[in-house]
Order: sequence, then structure tokens, then C-alpha cells
Amino acid sequence: MIRRNTIPFGPQHPVLPEPIQLRLVMEDEKIVEALPSIGYVHRGLEKIAEKKDYVQDVYLAERICGICSFMHSQNYCQGIESLMNVAVPDRARFLRVVWAEIHRIHSHLLILGLLADAFGFENLFMRLWQIRELVLDIMEKTTGGRVILGVCTIGGVKRDITPETSDYILRQLDEIERQLSAVLPSLTHDYSVKQRLVGIGVLPKDKAYELGAVGPVARASGVAMDLRESGYAAYGELNFAMVTESAGDCYARTLVRVRELATSADLTRQALAKMPSGPITTPVKGSPTGEVLARIEQPRGELNFYIKGNGSRNLERFRVRTPTFANLPPLLHMLTGCQLADVPVIAICIDPCISCTER
Amino acid sequence: MPAMSTFKKSPWVVHFNCNSCNGCDIEFLACLTPVYDLERFGILHVGNPKHADVLLVTGSVNHRNARVLRNVYDQMPAPKVVVACGVCAATGGIFADGYNVLGGIDKVVPVDVFVPGCPARPEAMIDGIIRAAEILESRNTAAITSVSCRKPLHRCTPVPDSPKPV
Repeated sequence: MIRRNTIPFGPQHPVLPEPIQLRLVMEDEKIVEALPSIGYVHRGLEKIAEKKDYVQDVYLAERICGICSFMHSQNYCQGIESLMNVAVPDRARFLRVVWAEIHRIHSHLLILGLLADAFGFENLFMRLWQIRELVLDIMEKTTGGRVILGVCTIGGVKRDITPETSDYILRQLDEIERQLSAVLPSLTHDYSVKQRLVGIGVLPKDKAYELGAVGPVARASGVAMDLRESGYAAYGELNFAMVTESAGDCYARTLVRVRELATSADLTRQALAKMPSGPITTPVKGSPTGEVLARIEQPRGELNFYIKGNGSRNLERFRVRTPTFANLPPLLHMLTGCQLADVPVIAICIDPCISCTER
Repeated sequence: MPAMSTFKKSPWVVHFNCNSCNGCDIEFLACLTPVYDLERFGILHVGNPKHADVLLVTGSVNHRNARVLRNVYDQMPAPKVVVACGVCAATGGIFADGYNVLGGIDKVVPVDVFVPGCPARPEAMIDGIIRAAEILESRNTAAITSVSCRKPLHRCTPVPDSPKPV
């Protein structure tokens, strides 16, 4: 009989940028059970949000996660705006799309690079992160921040994009796509890369649906689900085709992200072209009353905020459900039956953001 | 600051994400990639604390990870230096009010260099690591007993045992 061993993976592990522990119950090299153990980056953010003013919470929400920071503040602002019946100016809605999509490009490049690092292709990791710096240059030029932007506010945005900056973004996007076209084929067509990704960590469509997968993980398994289709912000006035794959393995998840890079660049161009002129913010008075469930499509999937206000400056309850939390049960399903050497690739492939999850 | 070529040894860095929002972490990873390229100073990023000379910590300390941080620090061979990256590592930052947050990492380990920023910019991080490397060089030459000017370790706040993993 094979003896069972339990191997702790994390919390401090070279492949993981963030601390999470996966306790892997092994039979020889095969994993029979994976148990997550979390709480290493729990900051008690939901409780802090109740202590602060609801306007200050925009900046707190932005710091739920540094990778998709803009979308957290956008979702929070959209929730408060729907509670207070604030009509956001049209230009602000388009500006939000521009920053959100640029953020998506940066986030996807980041995780594709980390994935390359996880399967040992360090050169590719460096190249992808080098190209990612061009995306960060756009963010720095338009907002002043590289990672935490701080431009979203209740009732609109804080900074405008001038026509010159708009031209700069378009030129920079062309340059990013030109450089990516030289690098991405090695991620999608390379023989050794395919050996590490194809058929690894398979999540069938019915399981993806049943376990509540979201974002690229769900779309790679053939579950057509993208909140941008609901038309929040300015997405209703822009055209885009949802990216789906059917294989449900690590390779399909990589392909979804690679193809979404192009979608996001296209959406940015459309938003810049169709952006109406006008004010970028509208004054907001009073305090939020009532409750709302705000939803948005983040790079990792659907992000939910539950916000409850009681008419005072402080929120009564702020609840965060991040996409990585929804993708953890599918991850445990994928890990079961795989080999120990594949754990880093499978874990990185769901694009885990532990800081989001633990808040 | 002396020229980089005056470093006698190549300092190796281990990065520990304590209680961070990821902002500083991805900026540290950006330091390693070609645009900022920390390796040009001979500084390597390693995963094993026993290989490392510099401990770079992002984020504040909470009840669960204080022991993990202390553990990583204790595993590093002396002489060693600690860089606290970002305002969270210095004071707890925006999360200082959290019920779970103990405060800056100086509650648990002695800190040599504080790098400000939310998140700290890669240039600031590189500057912080290089200053830490200079401190490391001075410690390399000094006798271990003469390093008593550092913050004594017994100032650590006692931390209750973290709950058992589920």
C-alpha cells in the first residue's frame, strides 16, 4: 500500500508572490487532496471601511489589491453612485473604460509572465514584464501612479485625457502590440511550453459551472460569462466579442488571456475614439442609504461588492467577494489527481490574487 | 553613496509578502525585470531565506503571519539586514486601524531601512536595497558583538499563536 504524505506548499514559496498555504495530500507523486489554508494577508478591510468616511473608502477599496486596483475603486464608486442615484457624466464613463482596459492588459501580462516563470521560461517572463512597463508608462502618464491610480471618485473621475495624451496612448498601444507579436508565439506555439500546459489541470464545463468558476477560468472551460456584456460603464456602447475556449486546461486559460489582450487594446481604442466631450465629474451631496450589490468584470473574473448605507457618512456594511475566492474551489478540483511538479503551473494559471481574497 | 563596484560581495534578497495589498510586491518584481534590473548591482532574488542576506518585507504584520515573518528572519544567517517596503511595513499604513493588524514590521523584526510610498516606487526600492547592502557590508566587517546599536530583539511584541489551519 502506498503511504500518504502531506506536503505543505507555501506560505513562503518561490513561485507564489503571495502567501497562501496549500496542504497537499500525496500518494507518491500524485495529489489526492488539496486543502487551502488562508489568512496570512487578512487585513480586516471590511471592518476598516465601516470606520472611515464613505468617500475615503474609495481609496481603501483601491487598496484591496494592487494589481487590479482601479477596478476595485470603479466598482465601489459604481455601487455608491447607484445607491445615491448619481448620473455619471458620459465622458467619465468612457475614461473609466480606458483605465479599466489598460489595467486588464497590465494584469494579463503580469500573470502570463509569472506563468512563464512558473514553468521555468525565465526569458519569456522578463520579456513580458518588459512590455508590461510600456503599459505602466501609459498609467503613469495619464494618472501619475504606476500601480495605484487614485483617479476614480464618486460621481466621475479626477483626471481627463487630453487629445495629445490620447495620441500617446494609441502610439504606445501600437508599440505594445508590435512587441507582443514577437513574444506571444513562444507562449502559444512553443513545443516545450505546450508540454507543460496542454491537458494539465483540466476543468470540464459542467464542473466549472457547478463549482462557480468566474472570469478566464470559466471562459476557458466554455462557460460564456463576461460581465462586460451587461454594459456597465460605457461597455454598452462599444463592440467586443467575448473570448471563450473549450478545452478547460492550463493551455486554454493561457489562450483566453492572450486573446483578451487584443480585445482590451481594441476596447481602449474604441473608447478613446468614441469618447464624448464634456465634464468628467458631477458633484455628489448627502450620504448613501440602502443596499446594493455592485458587480464588475475584473481581469480575474466577476467582482462583487455588497454595500449597505444607513444615511450616515459611514457605511453600515461593506462586503467583498473577489474572483479568486470563487476560483479556489475549481483550483482544488484541478489539483486533485495532478502531479506535484504541476502544482505551481496550475496554481498560477487561475491567476490567484490572495490579497484580494483575504481582504 | 559609493559606486556599485565597491560592493565586495553580491547581496541576495529574499522577499516576504507579509500583509500587503500586492502593490509593493509587483513593484518589487518590476525591479527584477529588464527596465529596472536589480541584478546589475549583483543583487539576486532568492526564494530560500537561508541563502539570503537582505530580507525585503512588504505589508504590515498581523496575528497570523507574525510568526511566519519571525521564522523567515530567524532562518537567515547573520549578518543580515531588513528592508521595510512601503508605508504598511512602516506603520500599518491605511490598514493600521484593522482589528487584525499589529502595525509595522518593526514590531517583530529589527528594521534597518524604511522605504516610503504607497506603493513604493521601484527606484525608491532599489535605493533602499542598496543602502541596506551598505549596512550589510559594514556589518560584515564589524564584530558581531559590536552591533548592539541595533534595535534589541526582545522588544518584539508577544504574538499569540495563530489558529490551527483548517
